[in-house]
Amino acid sequence: MDIASVYRAEYGRCVATLVRLLGDIGLAEEAVQDAFAVAVEKWALPDGDGLPPNPGAWIVTTARNRAIDRLRRESTREARHAQALLLHQPDDEPREVGPVRDDQLRLIFTCCHPALSPLAQTALTLRLLGGLEAAEIARAYLVPEATVAQRIVRAKKKIRDAAIPYRVPEGRELPDRLPPVLTVLYLIFNEGYTSTSGTQLLRTDLCAEAVRLARALAALMPDEPEVLGLLALLLLIDARRPARVGPSGELVRLAEQDRSRWDRELIAEGHDLVRRCLRRNRPGPYQLQAAINAVHTDGTATDWTQVLALYDQLLLLAPTPIVALNRAVAVAEVHGPALALAAIETIELPGYHLLPATRADLLARLGRNTEALAAYDEAIALATNDTERTFLQNRRSDLDPSPATTENP
Amino acid sequence: MQYMLSVHSVEGAPTPSDEEMQIAFAQTDRVNAELQAAGAWVFGGGLHPPNSATVVRVDGGATTMTDGPFAETKEQLGGFWVIRCDDLDQALAWAEKCAVACMNPVEVRPFHDEG
Repeated sequence: MDIASVYRAEYGRCVATLVRLLGDIGLAEEAVQDAFAVAVEKWALPDGDGLPPNPGAWIVTTARNRAIDRLRRESTREARHAQALLLHQPDDEPREVGPVRDDQLRLIFTCCHPALSPLAQTALTLRLLGGLEAAEIARAYLVPEATVAQRIVRAKKKIRDAAIPYRVPEGRELPDRLPPVLTVLYLIFNEGYTSTSGTQLLRTDLCAEAVRLARALAALMPDEPEVLGLLALLLLIDARRPARVGPSGELVRLAEQDRSRWDRELIAEGHDLVRRCLRRNRPGPYQLQAAINAVHTDGTATDWTQVLALYDQLLLLAPTPIVALNRAVAVAEVHGPALALAAIETIELPGYHLLPATRADLLARLGRNTEALAAYDEAIALATNDTERTFLQNRRSDLDPSPATTENP
Repeated sequence: MQYMLSVHSVEGAPTPSDEEMQIAFAQTDRVNAELQAAGAWVFGGGLHPPNSATVVRVDGGATTMTDGPFAETKEQLGGFWVIRCDDLDQALAWAEKCAVACMNPVEVRPFHDEG
């Protein structure tokens, strides 16, 4: 363990605990950053103390003491309020206070409050709980760094000015409040799994962060089947990551993946979670997607009849065009490409490259090569990730060796 | 914390029937009573239409009055509440009740702290 990995592992937890102690996100961030600055001097220098046994607790205690020092020097209203909060901590509290897991959960719900815009929710979650810098978030989401920084500042200001509370919603509120949290974690993972831009297919740091946060959420809410479903889904997709990219960075499709390169431990954990969800018998969109991925990772080949049955169920719960498109892929495997083609005819997903890419594949399988080439051209023009574009170009040239008519944007 | 819950009516939107208006008034009265019973009520009321407004401007010591609302927009303030509660979640829960009662969208905005 070095300071960088302590930072990655503990930053979000420490900020979350300091937010509770200080009642203000800005003050909490400053205090934790101060504490890490002290840590760099104390732990890392050759004559320093080395890492303490519980670095997270050390950071929280140091941050708290630093915050008290800082607040004593300042006399703003926020400072007085935070000081009052600190003074009202029970006296019997141990001097060494470690990060508290409930604090993280509270902060996730604050970051993903429906009163904040979706981009602000994602950016704030990555910043406060993942410890990512605005520049890193901006790179991942292909937006200017200034935009991300501004969204984070505005969101923090809204949380303070409008008094968005730091609390886990109660039972009857949860059905409305949990979905945005799950969506944000899923989006973070997806952005890592297929970056919307750039030359690399995977951004493993974002995947790892989403899995870490989903694990934290599942540990905190073990009775919410959709939370377990989301974690299972992420684990089962993540498990196939090593086989998804070939030796020269190219995309490898599920059917052609070397299954021996899948992470068996993650698959076992994912399957176990899916079984726990099945026992609860309260199906939801994430659990069904997890179940689909459990079928994909079970045995030596995918049982497409089962996958199709699960997609039928998913389409009832989440009748979105994306689900309909994925279901059509299963239809092609079970009933053939002609029926699948008919199934995607009515789907509207403007600007989404996987719709023409799927149509191209189905047309090619039906021997309708001219139409397939046109659909590949459409998909290539829409793809924003270099690896995916190369994959589509290779598929296209398998059909027709002459160069594509559409130039890259 | 104090919040303003404002009701905005859109010009050109279908005018509610007299019967619908009566229902909205009765429902709003019930929410008002609920706000008062909960100790959340500070102030509230409905406004006459924007054409009843007058804008007063003072510029370099000279005062001018103009007939009509400040901004000639399609959306105009129709009424508002000022409520007192602990946090935004409570304010949003009240806003939901208010929106159902008056059958219009309700905007929630925090006041500056009294300090």
